[in-house]
This record gives sequence, C-alpha cells and structure tokens, in this order.
Amino acid sequence: MNLYVCIKRVPDTEMKVKLKADNSGVDLAGVKTILSPYDEFAVEEALRVKEKNAGSTVTAITAGPAEAIEVLRTALAMGCDNAIHIELADGSDSNMAAKAIAECLKKEAPADLIYFGKEAIDDGAAMVPQMVAARMGIPSVTIVTGIEYSGATIKCKREIEGGSSETVEVTLPTVIAASKGLNEPRYATLPNIMKAKKKEVKAIKASDLGVAASDQKVKLSNFQMPPPKAAGKKIEGDAAAQAKALVQLLHTEAKVV
Amino acid sequence: MAKVLVFIEQRDGKAKKASYEILSAAAAAASNETHAVVVGDGVAGLAKEIGTYGAATVHVVENAALKLYSCEAYSKAVKAAIDAVKPDIFLASHSPMGKDFVPAVAALCDAGLVTDCTSVTFEGAKLKLKRPMYSGKAICDATIVAAGIQMATVRANSLGAPKMDAAKTATVQNVAVDLGGMKTKILEIVKGNSSRPDVTEAGIVISGGRSLKSAENFKMLEDMADVLGAAVGASRAAVDAGYRPHRDQVGQTGKVVSPSLYIATGISGAIQHLAGMRTSKIIVAINNDPNAPIFQVADYSIVGDLFQIIPALTAEFKKLKEST
Ligand SMILES: Cc1cc2nc3c(=O)[nH]c(=O)nc-3n(C[C@H](O)[C@H](O)[C@H](O)COP(=O)(O)OP(=O)(O)OC[C@H]3O[C@@H](n4cnc5c(N)ncnc54)[C@H](O)[C@@H]3O)c2cc1C
Repeated sequence: MNLYVCIKRVPDTEMKVKLKADNSGVDLAGVKTILSPYDEFAVEEALRVKEKNAGSTVTAITAGPAEAIEVLRTALAMGCDNAIHIELADGSDSNMAAKAIAECLKKEAPADLIYFGKEAIDDGAAMVPQMVAARMGIPSVTIVTGIEYSGATIKCKREIEGGSSETVEVTLPTVIAASKGLNEPRYATLPNIMKAKKKEVKAIKASDLGVAASDQKVKLSNFQMPPPKAAGKKIEGDAAAQAKALVQLLHTEAKVV
Repeated sequence: MAKVLVFIEQRDGKAKKASYEILSAAAAAASNETHAVVVGDGVAGLAKEIGTYGAATVHVVENAALKLYSCEAYSKAVKAAIDAVKPDIFLASHSPMGKDFVPAVAALCDAGLVTDCTSVTFEGAKLKLKRPMYSGKAICDATIVAAGIQMATVRANSLGAPKMDAAKTATVQNVAVDLGGMKTKILEIVKGNSSRPDVTEAGIVISGGRSLKSAENFKMLEDMADVLGAAVGASRAAVDAGYRPHRDQVGQTGKVVSPSLYIATGISGAIQHLAGMRTSKIIVAINNDPNAPIFQVADYSIVGDLFQIIPALTAEFKKLKEST
C-alpha cells in the first residue's frame, strides 16, 4: 500500500506568546518546536498499517519553510520510509498548503491512505485534510479515534457532537484526520534518530506544483494578546458561606446564572 | 447589499441554537440580504422556524442520501445551494459538523475560508473576522483577500443569543443535488449516554482536574451540571487518569470553549489548559492552593477544598433555580 502522512512543525505547547513589534504575527524566534501532537497519531497509524501489509511504504510530507524539515526527520526516525519537503514560504495560508499537498500527491505513486492530524495546534484551523481530499476528489474522515481495515474499504470510528460517536465506512483512497485515542504513538529510538539524519529528503518547490502568491486567500494581521483580565474577587468564609456568596455574585453581578 | 447564506445545522429534524445565533446576527445587519440553507431528508418543515430567526429565503436540499450527515454528501449538497444562491458570504457554526465539511466546500468552491471565528462584523460586502491563534494565546484579524465567496465558521456563543420573531416568514426554495456514487456510508451512530450538552456548545462548563481523584467523583460535577444545564469538562490530567473521555478535555490538545460561565474545580491552570478556556466570559476557580495559576484568570476565586465546596455550591444553585 502507498501510505502518506502529512505533518506540520508547530511551536511547543509551553510557548509563552510574544508579539512581533508590528503586530504582524507572533515572534517565534528561539521558540522550541515540535511535531504537532495529533500528527503523531497519524504517523503511528501509517506505520502500523505498513507493518501489517508487506511491501507498503510510508511517505511523510510537510509543506513549510526550510526549518519544517525537522518534523520530517522526526517522522523518519519513527519509521517512515520516505520524506518530501514542499518548500512553502512562511505566512502562506491553508489554501496554499492544501493545494501544494494535493498537487504533490497527484504526482506521487497513487495513494491508498493519506493521514493527517485532526488539526495543527498552532492555528487550529482544521481545514487542510478536508481541502486536500476535496481537491483530489476523494473522501475524508476527520476526528478518527479507531480504524478497522478490510481491503478496499475501512471502517472509521469518529467523534461527533454531544458526546456521540459514529462508524463510517469509506472506500479507499481516502484522507484520514487522526485524533487522540486512535493509537499510542511510539518514541523514536536513538539509533533510528541518528539514521534518520542521513536519510534523503526530497525537496519540491511549491511553485513547481503550481502554487502561486495568488493562491493566498486569507491574510492574518493585527495580532494582539487576549484582553487582560481585571483582578478577580476572592470569596472568603467557610464552604457554605463561600458557596452562597458565589451564587449570589454569579446571579446578581455577573448575571450568568 | 451583501448576500449572506447561513448553514442551519440539524440532527433528527432539530436545528442547532448555534446556527440561529449566526442567522440572527446576519439578519440584524441592515446591509445583508439573508438566506439560509438546511440539508437533510424530510427537513422542509424546519423552514418556517428558520424564517422566524431572520432568513428571507430558506433553501432546502433534501435527498435520501442526506438523511445521516457525511462530509462527502453534505459538502456536495451545500455546494449545490451555493451555486444556486451565489452568495457573497457563507457562514456556518464551528461545530463538529461545520468544522468537518465547510473546508471541503471551500475547496470545491475555490473560496477563502476562516475557521473558528470569535468575532464577525459585516462591513458592506466585506467580512471582518477575528480568530484566536495558538489556542487563544493570541488573537488576530483575518481578511479574505481573494475574490469570490467569503466563508467563515463561527465559534458557538460568540455572536450573542439568537433573536426570534414569530411574525417573520421566509420564502422557501428547493435545491436539487445529484448524490450518486458516494464513497462514505454511515453505518452506526452511538449516542452519548448523557443528556448534557457538548463542552463546545454549552453556555456553562464545569470542569474537574486530577484532584477529583476518580471517575466516580465526577458525579459531583455532573449533579451540578444537571442543575444548571451545563456541560462537564476535564483537564488533561483527569482524562489521562481515565476519569473522563478525551472528548471532554478542555485545552490546547482538547476542546477550546468559550462559555458565559466556566467553573474550574481542582485544576491548576497549566498554560495548555488556559489556552482552551481563557476566552470564557466569567471564570470561577476553586482550588485549595492559593498560588494556583488558575486564579490569575479567574473572575471569582475560592480557596478551599473542592470536596466541601462543590456539594455546597450545587445546593445553592438548586435553591436559586427553585426561587427563580
Ligand atoms: C503537549 C501537551 C499538551 C497538553 N494539552 C493539555 C490540554 O489540552 N488540556 C489540559 O488541561 N492540559 C494539557 N496539558 C497538560 C498540562 O500541562 C497539565 O499537566 C494539566 O492541565 C494539569 O491538570 P490538572 O490541573 O488537573 O492537574 P494538576 O496540575 O495536578 O493540578 C491539580 C490541582 O488541584 C488542586 N487540588 C488538589 N486537591 C484539591 C482539593 N481537594 N480541592 C481543591 N483543589 C485541589 C491542586 O492545588 C492543583 O492546583 C498538556 C501538556 C502537554 C505537554
């Protein structure tokens, strides 16, 4: 099977946000970066499918600036066979990333399964997987927490609203957006991390995939910190007195109950 | 004049409040000609109700293949409605359904899309949007610079309560769609065993942390939630300990919520948790450590033992509900 995993490099969740002086974005200089957490489930799932299907290959793809190659090294160290770095300038939008990935996939060996994380934790946009699927004319199943494989179709368990879940049967090829619960991602071992450093990464310019500046549909600007909170009120007394006072304040002052 | 098309989400023939919130807000802007689209099988009866929330025209896409939601079928159905209406602006709720299919529609229509908006203003034919970045650690303006339809999904509870006017009526238009050759099939829906709302939809969220010590102890929070019609959330530590399912996790790698009231009980307030709830309108923190970081974002702070305070609080909420 031809398995693909599309992944993204994002700032570590511990990041304390510092804005750029001109408010054009967040200053990421010196910020530690990681493979987006949901992408780890995607990589793990592709590797498990490969291990059960002899002759399969897993190709990791990322679209991003030069530094994005780091997450491909992580994916290779986890066990991916190949890696493709689509060189896409910082500040490109989801539409450009989706177009680049879809065009890249059309040129590679025909995909059976294309895995993503359900969202990247930087912008949390949660749109590239479905956009890639729509651009390729194949289905997508998002927020997937379990998959049963059986030949040309698979059964996916996914979360829907109100704490409910559903089972979706889908014909391959398909896009899968992985969520927590799908599997337990493996850690890369030190020897594999060393080996991954030497593996070849195929570089493709986004422009060679037909992605132009005019494909940018959305621009982000005027970054601000969330409005500061006024100092809160501390409620004193024993538990009964505190509970009584709090309910009164919520009712008469905050007017939320 | 901007032509605005709002997606009205329904399950089992019942429309979602979050969709009406968007429809009311779109209809309230004088510069808008407001349309709604509802998709399903046997949902035409909803058109009357949709009209009372301000849609001048309700477009109904009905098809047996739309009985149960799938991204593949719904994105084609909504694309058909968009082709028929030719709106300037398309809006939907950033609900589990909206966030799933709207990106596919945007790709099919080659339109610009901004997801998870917390502010939407109509400036003539142009949308002005704000959205959180880095799970709410920052917020920015988003502008759709490309020509064509502007699309956005909107976080629940961002645009104010829906406004209904029983006297308002809408024109109904049917939209046909060909849904042969679908590659996805919904085999089964397992309903959550709770009557409580989802954390992302609820007006009030009550969350518990690791310090609740067991899944059983969350019953205390469920009791309070049932008095208030609230949802129950959890920190990652509580989820990792198996006290709650991951779908209840609030934070950077869980759900991002913005209710009018968020009550954090026994949650320390790690940066990843704050990322998921700091835009809540009113935050109450209950923690026995006066230095817990959660107090820095709290409007009301109670330093104390949650095992004593939660039952007392539930009793007080009950009294309040009985007296009003
Ligand atoms: C990549 C990554 C992603 C993450 N994503 C998330 C996320 O999405 N959501 C999330 O929540 N976390 C997330 N975390 C974890 C986060 O860093 C914290 O570990 C977690 O939020 C802590 O949960 P907690 O507050 O329940 O537990 P603790 O930090 O252990 O806090 C327990 C609190 O309860 C108080 N307490 C104890 N007993 C009582 C009592 N009897 N009465 C009152 N108070 C009491 C304590 O004073 C303490 O403040 C993430 C971490 C990483 C590395």
